[in-house]
Amino acid sequence: MNSDRALLSVRGLTKRYGAHVGCADVAFDLYPGEVMGIVGESGSGKSTLLGCMAGHLAPDSGQVIFDTRAAGPRDILTMSEPERRMLTRTDWAFVHQHARDGLRMGVSAGGNVGERLMAVGARNYGAIRARVADWLERVEIDAGRIDDRPATFSGGMQQRLQIARNLVTGPRLAFMDEPTGGLDVSVQARLLDLLRGLVRDMGLSAVIVTHDLAVVRLLADRLMVMKSGRVVETGLTDQVLDDPQHGYTQLLVSSVLQV
Amino acid sequence: MIRVQDVSKTFTLHNQGGAVIRVMEGAMLQVAPGECVALTGPSGAGKSTLMRMVYGNYLAASGVIEVGGVDVTRATPREILALRRHTLGHVSQFLRVVPRVPTLDVVAEPLRALGTPAEAAHAAAAALLRRLNVPEALWRLSPTTFSGGEQQRVNIARGFAHPYPALLLDEPTASLDAANRAVVLDLIDEAKTRGAAILGIFHDEGARNRVCDRCVDVAAFCPGRAA
Repeated sequence: MNSDRALLSVRGLTKRYGAHVGCADVAFDLYPGEVMGIVGESGSGKSTLLGCMAGHLAPDSGQVIFDTRAAGPRDILTMSEPERRMLTRTDWAFVHQHARDGLRMGVSAGGNVGERLMAVGARNYGAIRARVADWLERVEIDAGRIDDRPATFSGGMQQRLQIARNLVTGPRLAFMDEPTGGLDVSVQARLLDLLRGLVRDMGLSAVIVTHDLAVVRLLADRLMVMKSGRVVETGLTDQVLDDPQHGYTQLLVSSVLQV
Repeated sequence: MIRVQDVSKTFTLHNQGGAVIRVMEGAMLQVAPGECVALTGPSGAGKSTLMRMVYGNYLAASGVIEVGGVDVTRATPREILALRRHTLGHVSQFLRVVPRVPTLDVVAEPLRALGTPAEAAHAAAAALLRRLNVPEALWRLSPTTFSGGEQQRVNIARGFAHPYPALLLDEPTASLDAANRAVVLDLIDEAKTRGAAILGIFHDEGARNRVCDRCVDVAAFCPGRAA
């Protein structure tokens, strides 16, 4: 690991759905500890882009180069399936907008977090349970709920549980798809605070897709604005929001209700 | 430490027929270590615009803005983030924080971002809050619900938590009572003594006269005048 070397380098990433462009020719570098926000309206291609980077969708062309612990920079698109699966269990996290998509609803809260540890080789029951309890506490879930199923949790708790499940293995990169979407504002604030602390304390890098400009202002160091599958503007988050250069970004920023 | 060389600024309003508004031309100034320079001029003359460009919050249309050897107009986001973390502090008029985060953590944040252990960062934050007369009972609360004057002091405490070599101050004494105003002016004097280069906007003339070594009238950089 080298903080002067990009953790993730995306080059020419393109995905088409027939004649329709999902995302086209996207390129950027993400450095260790950096948080990048991707904003745009529904249909702008931000979720397609996230899916292509995280290996959920197969892009038509491009490279997604990740600085692996073992072998340095590798293009994940040319990795074997087992290699990529290992990466998604260890160094990568993916936080879905709907916690249900990222949790196993039939398994206890503790099981949801613990099975990730077991997947990377943890075997000692007591040690696993202690790690899980520690993580539940970090995401502010009462340890007394460890044996309850997530279906009995509120939406905000489910989202925090999903984050614990994803981060327990100490990943270096997190992909997040609208992580605060669909939550009450008070719950959102709590989640933002949690994510900020995790990014700082774990040195985590993250790519966050959202349509909420207030969320990116507080969480993201850098911003990428997408429209019709293309990146129309990039820059420092506060600069893009306060002095937008592209017409679309200007429209996006001026459309936000002030509170 | 801070050098602004022939800087201009335009705003292009794409959604209003592509209107181009020229707001600044030929801006020049320098701030040496240990010096405090005030930006003056009537409202709308571009004091805040110039300050925002120095911070990298607004993009300059042309020219060079050097802070601690980094040209802000050409630096990558990553370089500007590093500059803001280590070198360039900013006390704005607005407090933008994640809701629910306690005041003590808000003030300690710049130190934590530089790797200072939590305990030492909190101790430094507490000392500043105490000095700025923010009641200890408020430290565990989020500043989002504080009064204007309290938020202002939290902002100042955060801006002075790390001894930045360069500081931008936007109306640091606005909405403060006499006692707190005096504390802020002392903080500015101390920062100058340790060698900080300070660029500020002070509508408070008394404050300006006390801490500033020079004034730069930004009205001189208005496009109409030069043309």
